[in-house]
Amino acid sequence: MTRGDGTNGGGGGQQQQQQGARKLPRKRFYRARAHSNPLSDSHFPIPISPDEVDLSQHYPRYFPAGEDEGRDGDAMAPRIRFADVGCGFGGLLVGLSTLFPDTLMIGMELRDKVTEYVKERILALRASNLGKYDNISIVRTNSMKYIPNYFRKAQLSKMFFLFPDPHFKEKNHRRRVISMTLLDEYAYVMEVGGIIYTITDVEELGEWMRSCLEKHPLFEAIPEEEIKEDPVVKLLSTATEEGQKVARNGGQTFQAIFRRISLQEE
Amino acid sequence: MEDTAVEEAEVSGAAELAPALVAAHPLGRSVAVAVGPELRVFDLKAGSVVSLSDDSGGGSHSDAIRAISFSANGVLFASAGDDKLVKVWRTDSWCCIQTITSEKRVSTVAISNDGMYITFADKFGLIWLVTVGQSGGGQESTDNNSVSIFGHYCSIITSMKFSPDGLFIVTADRDFKIRVTLFPKKPLRGAHEIQSFCLGHTEFVSCIAFTCLSEGSSFLLSGGGDSTVRLWDYINGCLLDTCQVRDKAGELLEPNETEDNNLAIADICPTNDGSLVAVAIQSFNGIMLLACDLVAKKLSFLKVITMEKCYIPISLASSFSAGLLWTVMGASNMPNQAGSQLLTRLHIIPHFKNGILASSDHVPTVLVDSEVPHGEKLLLALQGSLDIAKQDEVLASMQAALKVSMHKMLVKKHYSEERREHRKRGRNDKKIKK
Repeated sequence: MTRGDGTNGGGGGQQQQQQGARKLPRKRFYRARAHSNPLSDSHFPIPISPDEVDLSQHYPRYFPAGEDEGRDGDAMAPRIRFADVGCGFGGLLVGLSTLFPDTLMIGMELRDKVTEYVKERILALRASNLGKYDNISIVRTNSMKYIPNYFRKAQLSKMFFLFPDPHFKEKNHRRRVISMTLLDEYAYVMEVGGIIYTITDVEELGEWMRSCLEKHPLFEAIPEEEIKEDPVVKLLSTATEEGQKVARNGGQTFQAIFRRISLQEE
Repeated sequence: MEDTAVEEAEVSGAAELAPALVAAHPLGRSVAVAVGPELRVFDLKAGSVVSLSDDSGGGSHSDAIRAISFSANGVLFASAGDDKLVKVWRTDSWCCIQTITSEKRVSTVAISNDGMYITFADKFGLIWLVTVGQSGGGQESTDNNSVSIFGHYCSIITSMKFSPDGLFIVTADRDFKIRVTLFPKKPLRGAHEIQSFCLGHTEFVSCIAFTCLSEGSSFLLSGGGDSTVRLWDYINGCLLDTCQVRDKAGELLEPNETEDNNLAIADICPTNDGSLVAVAIQSFNGIMLLACDLVAKKLSFLKVITMEKCYIPISLASSFSAGLLWTVMGASNMPNQAGSQLLTRLHIIPHFKNGILASSDHVPTVLVDSEVPHGEKLLLALQGSLDIAKQDEVLASMQAALKVSMHKMLVKKHYSEERREHRKRGRNDKKIKK
């Protein structure tokens, strides 16, 4: 999952002038490999089931300390609704946060250093923009292995897969984050009507992702007119560093946006 | 590059032992034991050894059999293993009607309740499906019509079962997951709709079994590397109860035996009425019985049936009618075992149903060899030899080796921080070509 973002340029400088505010982290101190092996055994903690996900750590304003006991079983308690899988440096989350200020969303990233960066970035954004960015967070995990450990059935309304690792070699296709078998799990955590967004600058991968989604019985393509009206779609190519890089180089992007449907048995 | 880790595991895995397996015909007509590449079947009705025949045109098993299973009505039987062959047998004639070649070594196999499909799973987590009888019958039968219907992401599938109503296929893996998938009417197109995940085990899941109340509602039982047996409402993925076996087994074992902390559940087997569950535990010379109250949804320790010192059962089976619990211990290719015999030891526990076995004053016993149905004839057929009881030492070393191989295959390696750094430094992409 090779993705970052560059939206912190100007905004960051401005915020750093505020006295006492937490400084935005600098990316140069969080350099990481572009790739991480999704097949290796994980050695970081993983919640045993969605019940064990501690939301108060991620969204302290929504789950103030001391109240979490009472809210845990509360059906009305807010739940995470958006997941950005392979969120990279978190550009999309930051963009979505103000667009959907009342929706809890989480980024999932496998690379440790990148996760640390996004964590710092969110804390800094919260500190310098009081009352904002409380609805986004990040977790270090391998979402290809552990998606059902984080989300219940039909919990998510949007999932994002932006500029994922292309894994060109056929031998490595099983490492791709979109595949028929993994779409089963994504369909499980998504509600009917939920939308899955994918975008890449690699044509071959774009075709692969589209064909997987087309073949999968639990997803259907969203009509072009509807896509045009979706405010989220614009962010796919503009909010992230990878997207901006592609735009700078005049590259093409390939997106596949599909809706989760219920199974049609003939 | 990163594949070195995977390859290392594969290489060491090649020398692994496969545990012996036992399966009983659901109507009590026959019992099958698999050890190494050998499939031994005894006809309980006729009281004679079954000689297997093969019409499928495929080869016979040449490497350890990893999974055997009767179909729900007992008409079909499937065997599969490390030689990448899946063989389907008719149990009336014990003739192999179909041989399917898998791309990978097979870790578990199941037959759909209607007897129309065979499903098998590999160590890469993919579940494959074949229509029974479609590729068999002729000489061209080795062609591969299997389609992958779903998968766990790169995790060894340890167990696979169809729900009693046939609506769901349930798979367990070494990543602590149990996945409940809707089994569609047209499964050749794939099984994409997940009903639930049963999450709660903190280590690999080694075995799953269905159990049901007489009026039909069914539940799932599972055992794992975390020494627990769990009861699930599998439709909703709800954990109903957990029975921690470690403490109980710890009391029964000598202190030095519990040190190694390896009290993984090897197998579980519920009684027909669902009131009892027999549990085989690694390192424990006997069977633990749990009381299973499906109305109150509780699992609790009932009693243990202790067996001879060196007999640690590794696989369990019961046929619904006869009320016998079959237990075996054994392994394929022991490293220092001279001769051609593949050692297996079999014990039977009678009255395996609710009633006297559950009553508190009944001290359960194991049938001595002379009391076994069909006596020596059966033991000779299934064990391969009669004087195994005397070979305590061999049994003990076999048990130790089995424990190691299960551990190697299913338990994740934990490396220290330095070790990880060291491994990273040794990665291929940084190595200079000589």
